[in-house]
Amino acid sequence: MWRDALLVGSKDLRIEFRSRVTTTQVAPYAVLVLVLFGFAFDQDQNLLTKAAAGLFWVAVLLSSLLAVQRSYAIEATDGARDSLRLSGLDPAGIFLGKTLAVVAELLVLEALLGFGVVVLFGVELHDPALLVLTCLAASVGLAAAGTLYGMIAAGLRVRETLLPLLILPVVAPVLLGATQAWMAALGTAGGGTDGWKWLSLLVSFTVIYIAAGSLAFSILVEES
Amino acid sequence: MNAKTDAQTDTGTAQTDGIQGRASVRPVRSGDGEPHPAGVVPDAPTQSGRVTGTSDRVTRILGALTLATAALTAWLGLVVTPPDKVQGQLVRLIYVHPAVATMCYAGFGLCALASLAYLWPRTRTRRWDRLAVASAEVGVVFCVLTLVTGSIWGRPTWGVWWTWDPRLTITALLCAVFIGYLALRRTGGDPDALAKRSAVVAVVCVLLVPVDHEATTWWASLHQTSTLLRANPLIHGEQLYTMLLSFVAFGLGFAWLVLHRYRVEVLEDRYADEGFDAAISERRAEGGLLAATASRSDGVAP
Repeated sequence: MWRDALLVGSKDLRIEFRSRVTTTQVAPYAVLVLVLFGFAFDQDQNLLTKAAAGLFWVAVLLSSLLAVQRSYAIEATDGARDSLRLSGLDPAGIFLGKTLAVVAELLVLEALLGFGVVVLFGVELHDPALLVLTCLAASVGLAAAGTLYGMIAAGLRVRETLLPLLILPVVAPVLLGATQAWMAALGTAGGGTDGWKWLSLLVSFTVIYIAAGSLAFSILVEES
Repeated sequence: MNAKTDAQTDTGTAQTDGIQGRASVRPVRSGDGEPHPAGVVPDAPTQSGRVTGTSDRVTRILGALTLATAALTAWLGLVVTPPDKVQGQLVRLIYVHPAVATMCYAGFGLCALASLAYLWPRTRTRRWDRLAVASAEVGVVFCVLTLVTGSIWGRPTWGVWWTWDPRLTITALLCAVFIGYLALRRTGGDPDALAKRSAVVAVVCVLLVPVDHEATTWWASLHQTSTLLRANPLIHGEQLYTMLLSFVAFGLGFAWLVLHRYRVEVLEDRYADEGFDAAISERRAEGGLLAATASRSDGVAP
């Protein structure tokens, strides 16, 4: 299973590395979202600093939608999805591999966006360990839920409009947990917020998404 | 893969599913309205159940019982039971809101159970898929009603229509995920693949139900905790009986709605099947007509 996962994951990442869609389109989009938040909040630096954690994760969430759509767009042409199905790879391995590839892309995006919030919104990083661990857990959660729903919407004519509707409410707990943990780590929380407790909630949701995806993928791969 | 056979079996049992149909012979007509000679269309669908509705004796009794218990609940809740010391007349919403919320959970729970039954290869039939979509749709209706009645209560009690309380937020999320589920159901395509995808979504989405139910105990929630599900219920006497009766009334209404919605799903399947058969036989009729004209002109030609 893990060998299949690495195979699929490295394939996706290799395609991304060669096509450079993530670096030339998704990453600039994510930064653009951050800049637009600046306009929306009327360049109120205090307000931006206070809301930085939430804005950061909303930007990540919107970019993760693009990353997931991209992850299935590369399977849509040349019958790639059929060959993936016929390859005999373990469905759970395919799921984990595609998730891993999206996780890798999200981590790069988060590093970029993290730099962005520090520079643009003027936040200070108080607890780097909590920040990094939250990023890891939230990325895996977002990628797992996104990959599962991406497979459900794959091949449908209305997938571009349907996918956000399906994914966004399901990953809302990730947004909540990650934002609270980051607020604690950035020192912008209103006192008494235990960031590590929110991180544990985040991890439990991530585990649920991974388990659901690994189980459901065998059903989805064989029939869709 | 076996959608056709499943659908056919189910269409055959449509009568027992409660749809009143009258078998009537529908002559297949050509474009100019002339009936075909008998020999031209050998296997046209001559039997076509004309459907008059989705109700039968069971749903009529259920509907009548729903109305009766709802009227009794309204009378007890509005006239007989006293107003609350603290909340005054507002307490009467307890005879609506908890029951409606429970029916919302019941709808989503039933949807998930039916979806699991569909995913389990041994019990995979179209019936479970229909039950899933029927109960999810009714569940969404009750979920919206829960949010609306809660909001009506919250405005005078908390002073706001909406607050970002865990219970409220998760209920709103629950509504959103099942609206997404219903949107997925409307995407069309291969019914088998769609049923499987939807079933997976339903099983994932229903995980929010226990979180929502326990939200008032897990987090410091503004929403009050359960009134009934505790060792010593918070209300007594006629208030308790009225509240329990409201559960019966809304439960009956829920069953009535799901049954009707299920039958609409049966009819949609049947419509798809018969539409397909009718289209085929029309094409065949055209082909037969062409062949007949061709052979006639052959005979005339020198």
